[in-house]
Amino acid sequence: MVCLGPLAWLIWAAFTDNLSANPIDDITDTTGRWTLRFLLITLSITPLRKITGWTSLIRFRRMLGLFAFFHSILHFTTWILLDKFFDIDEMVKDVALRPFITAGFTAFVLMIPLAVTSTKKWISRLGGRRWQALHRLIYVSAIGGVLHYTWLVKLDWTYPFQYAAVLAVLLGYRIWTAFQSRLASNNRGALREHL
Amino acid sequence: MLIKRASDIASSEITSEGLYHNRREFIKTASAAVAAAATGMLLPACTEAAVPQLPGKQLGKYDTNEKMSPYEDVTTYNNFYEFGTGKDEPAKLSRNFKPLPWTVAVEGMVKKPAVYSYEDLIKGLTMEDRIYRMRCVEAWSMVIPWLGFPLADLIKKLEPLPSAKYVEFTTLNAPDRMPGQKPSFFGGGLKWPYVEGLRMDEATNPLTILATGLYGKALPNQNGAPIRLVTPWKYGFKGIKSIVKIRFVDKEPVNTWKLTGPSEYGFYANVNPTVDHPRWSQATERRLGEFFRRKTLMFNGYTEQVAQMYSGLDLRKNY
Repeated sequence: MVCLGPLAWLIWAAFTDNLSANPIDDITDTTGRWTLRFLLITLSITPLRKITGWTSLIRFRRMLGLFAFFHSILHFTTWILLDKFFDIDEMVKDVALRPFITAGFTAFVLMIPLAVTSTKKWISRLGGRRWQALHRLIYVSAIGGVLHYTWLVKLDWTYPFQYAAVLAVLLGYRIWTAFQSRLASNNRGALREHL
Repeated sequence: MLIKRASDIASSEITSEGLYHNRREFIKTASAAVAAAATGMLLPACTEAAVPQLPGKQLGKYDTNEKMSPYEDVTTYNNFYEFGTGKDEPAKLSRNFKPLPWTVAVEGMVKKPAVYSYEDLIKGLTMEDRIYRMRCVEAWSMVIPWLGFPLADLIKKLEPLPSAKYVEFTTLNAPDRMPGQKPSFFGGGLKWPYVEGLRMDEATNPLTILATGLYGKALPNQNGAPIRLVTPWKYGFKGIKSIVKIRFVDKEPVNTWKLTGPSEYGFYANVNPTVDHPRWSQATERRLGEFFRRKTLMFNGYTEQVAQMYSGLDLRKNY
C-alpha cells in the first residue's frame, strides 16, 4: 500500500491544482523518478539480506520489482499519451536519434520479460539457474535508467549523480562478492591440488 | 561622466512615479478585496482580485493576440539559476531579494561611461506594454505581457562609439543575495556572473526591449527584477535578468550557456524548429496550459522583423 503513495500524491496534486504550470512534465518526472527508486530498492534487497542475515526480506523483492515496472508503465504511457499523443513517427525518431530516449526505452523494454516471468510457475518452467540469469537484466535496466536521467538534464546533475552513486554501490557490492567467492573457490581448488 | 552631488537625495530613495501608481493601485485592489470579503463574497473572488490584470489596451504593432499565460504561471515557473535550478525555486528563494536601490554600470566603447542608478538609467524613456511569445530552449513556451522600453532608445541615449559592434550584459553576482550562486557540492553549475550578448543590429532591433515589469506591474524578483532583457525571437536564456552591467565591445561576447556547453548552446540562440538541440528536438513545443504540443515557428514567429539580419548566415552552424 505504501508503494502506491507516489501515485496517490500525484492524483491528489493534479486534482487540487498543486502541480506546476507544466503538469505533464511533473507527471513524467515523478513517475520516472519512482521507477528508478523502486529499481534501486529492489536491487538493495540482496545486499541487505546478506549483510543483515534477514532472509525473509526476499519475500518483498518481487513486489518491489513489479512496482518499479508499474511506475515505468505510467512513465512510458505519459510519454505516449500526454507528450507525443500517439505520434508514432516522432516516437520512432526519438527512440532512434535521442540517446537519452534510447537508453530509457531499452531499460523499459528489458523490464517486460522480467515482469512476465515473475511468477512461481515461470521460475519452475525456466529452472532456477536460467531464471536468475534472465533476471540479471535488471542491472542493464537500472544502468539504462540512470543514463536516461543523466542525459536529459540541462545542467544540474546533482539528482542523477545521487542515483548513479547508489547504483554504483549496489552493483559494486555484487562485483565484490562475486570476486570474493571466485577467490574462495580458486583457493579451494589450489588446496585440492596440494593434497 | 555622471557627476553625483552629495547634497542631492539619492534618486533611488525617491519613489518612482510607476511605483507610486502601483502602490495606489495595490491599495485600491486590497481595499476592494477587503470590501468584497466584508460583503460576504467567496474567498476565490478575493484571490482573483489580487492578480494583476492588463488594463484593456489596444494591441500594438509587435503584440501577439494569443492568449496570455496566467500571471501565476509566469511568476512561478521560471528558469533563473541564480536562485536555484528547480522551476519553482526562483519564486520561493527570491522572496527576500531587494532589487532597489540598483545601479547599472555602462562601460566600454561608449561616449558616456558611468554608473547609473536604476532611476537615472530609465529616465526619459517611454514605457510600453509588449505582449510577446517566449520560447524556452527546453521546448516549452508562454505568452507574456512585458512592460519596458526599446533597448534602441537607451543605446541612443548612451551614445556608443562607432567601433562598438556588440553589447554585453552582466547579471548581479552576489551569492549572499542569490542562493543559487553558492558553489554546489557536486560542482558543475554555471560560471557566475551570468553574461549575455547581442550584435548591435540585434540590440537595436525594434523588438528588443529591456523590461522593468510584466502585467503592467513592477517586475517580480523571480522574473529578473529590476531590469532584464527580452528578445522574443531567441530562446529564453538570452533574456538576461537583473542586469548590473552593459558594456559596448567590438568582439562577440562569450555568453554563459555557450561557455558551459558550446556544442549545445550558441551565441545567436535564435528559435529554429529545423535545428535541434543535440539531445532533443526543437520542432515542437508545449505552450504551458495547453494539452497538445504545437509546432515551433521559425524565429518564434518573428521572421518578418528579424530574418533580414541573418541573411547569408549559416543558421545550422550559428545556432
